[in-house]
Amino acid sequence: MNLKNWFNSRRIIVFTGAFIGIAATVLQKLGNPANMGICVACFERDIAGALGFHRTAVVQYIRPEIIGFVLGSLIAALAFKEFKPRGGSSPLIRFVLGFLAMVGSLVFLGCPWRALLRLSGGDGNTLFGIAGLVAGISIGIFFIKSGYDLERNERIRPLAGWVLPLIMAGLLLLLLFRTKLPTGAVFFSTEGPGSQYAPVLIALLIALLVGFIAQRTRFCTVAAARDVLLIKDTYLFTGVVSLVIAAWLSNIVLGQFNPGFQDQPVAHTNQIWNFGGMVLAGLSFTLAGGCPGRQLFLSGEGDSDAAVFILGMIFGAGFAHNFATASSGAGPGVWGPAAVIVGLIVCLLIGFSMSDLAKKKKGVSV
Amino acid sequence: MSEQFDVRGLSCPLPVVKVKNKLTELKEGMLEVLVDTGTAKDNITRMANNNGWKVEVKEQEEEYLLIITK
Repeated sequence: MNLKNWFNSRRIIVFTGAFIGIAATVLQKLGNPANMGICVACFERDIAGALGFHRTAVVQYIRPEIIGFVLGSLIAALAFKEFKPRGGSSPLIRFVLGFLAMVGSLVFLGCPWRALLRLSGGDGNTLFGIAGLVAGISIGIFFIKSGYDLERNERIRPLAGWVLPLIMAGLLLLLLFRTKLPTGAVFFSTEGPGSQYAPVLIALLIALLVGFIAQRTRFCTVAAARDVLLIKDTYLFTGVVSLVIAAWLSNIVLGQFNPGFQDQPVAHTNQIWNFGGMVLAGLSFTLAGGCPGRQLFLSGEGDSDAAVFILGMIFGAGFAHNFATASSGAGPGVWGPAAVIVGLIVCLLIGFSMSDLAKKKKGVSV
Repeated sequence: MSEQFDVRGLSCPLPVVKVKNKLTELKEGMLEVLVDTGTAKDNITRMANNNGWKVEVKEQEEEYLLIITK
């Protein structure tokens, strides 16, 4: 078996899941917030806060994990000749999907990665989020089976593929130098989850490794469920199960396993909106082709459409906190439920209009 | 009979879904598939193998030609 095929074997995806699960729980032990050793949505939201796109003072920090995911994937893509700058596949729709994925995730309080990590930490509320995620993915599969397609991307000039990695390098400089302007930016939380973080260089190194391995193994938490339901392929699902089991065992060893529903860290007990938020997130991620981690890894490969999705998520985080749609430990934000409903309507419109359902209605032959 | 099927530029999971539909239709024989990402190449290869097809991968500059046979 050559090196390229080895990265596509069942054993390596089990290893990848286990590595991510253990890495997340260790990052939590080293300082990251509880059940949030890694959360792509939360960490992008913290970056949005650090840049002042929202002013919720407890969630502002430039998370090196996000930077490491993109740059780790970039290194792997360059090393294995898979860095292929591409774009032009309905970028603005991908921006909107990223925006909605973030709005939904922040109603639940976590992306699919954190939903799994919350489970391995004993947070029962996440079961409703995971159920919502599967429901959202199932709706997305309905559209895929109905011919949903954001249209083909094209090869683009190299610089366009480098944009997100370069933005990440810029963020890393802001983090390392702790830049402070008279305006207050860059904002760093002094209390709350944003003030809780693992040592920068250790977090960056772990994230670089995760990014590298995940680029090679195509790890994706949304495709894990999607592929089982759509094409009866359990490859990625095995990785996700491995992640949960490894993180669960690691949490027990590290004394971080606290089973229950009440008083779970950075979580609320409104199950309707734990479910609803993740229906929106699951549908948005599925319509965009992958979970937020996967979008970061694709960006590292030069996929500028995935990069646009990430920017949509960061924009969505600013909106969610400024317009009170994000939840807190007390429950959903004032406008959270309304945002989920509007978001779902928008997603359904996108799913409908970008599939054969709309083409058939209009009688357009394809 | 062989035909070439172009799934370049399509987002995940469309390459594997389209090829799977094509193979189901074909039942047996040969299908040549043109892909442009490692992910699509891996996903299609795994899906085809799981369904009893053999896959030969030919690297062509920055693309892959998958020759799928049963």
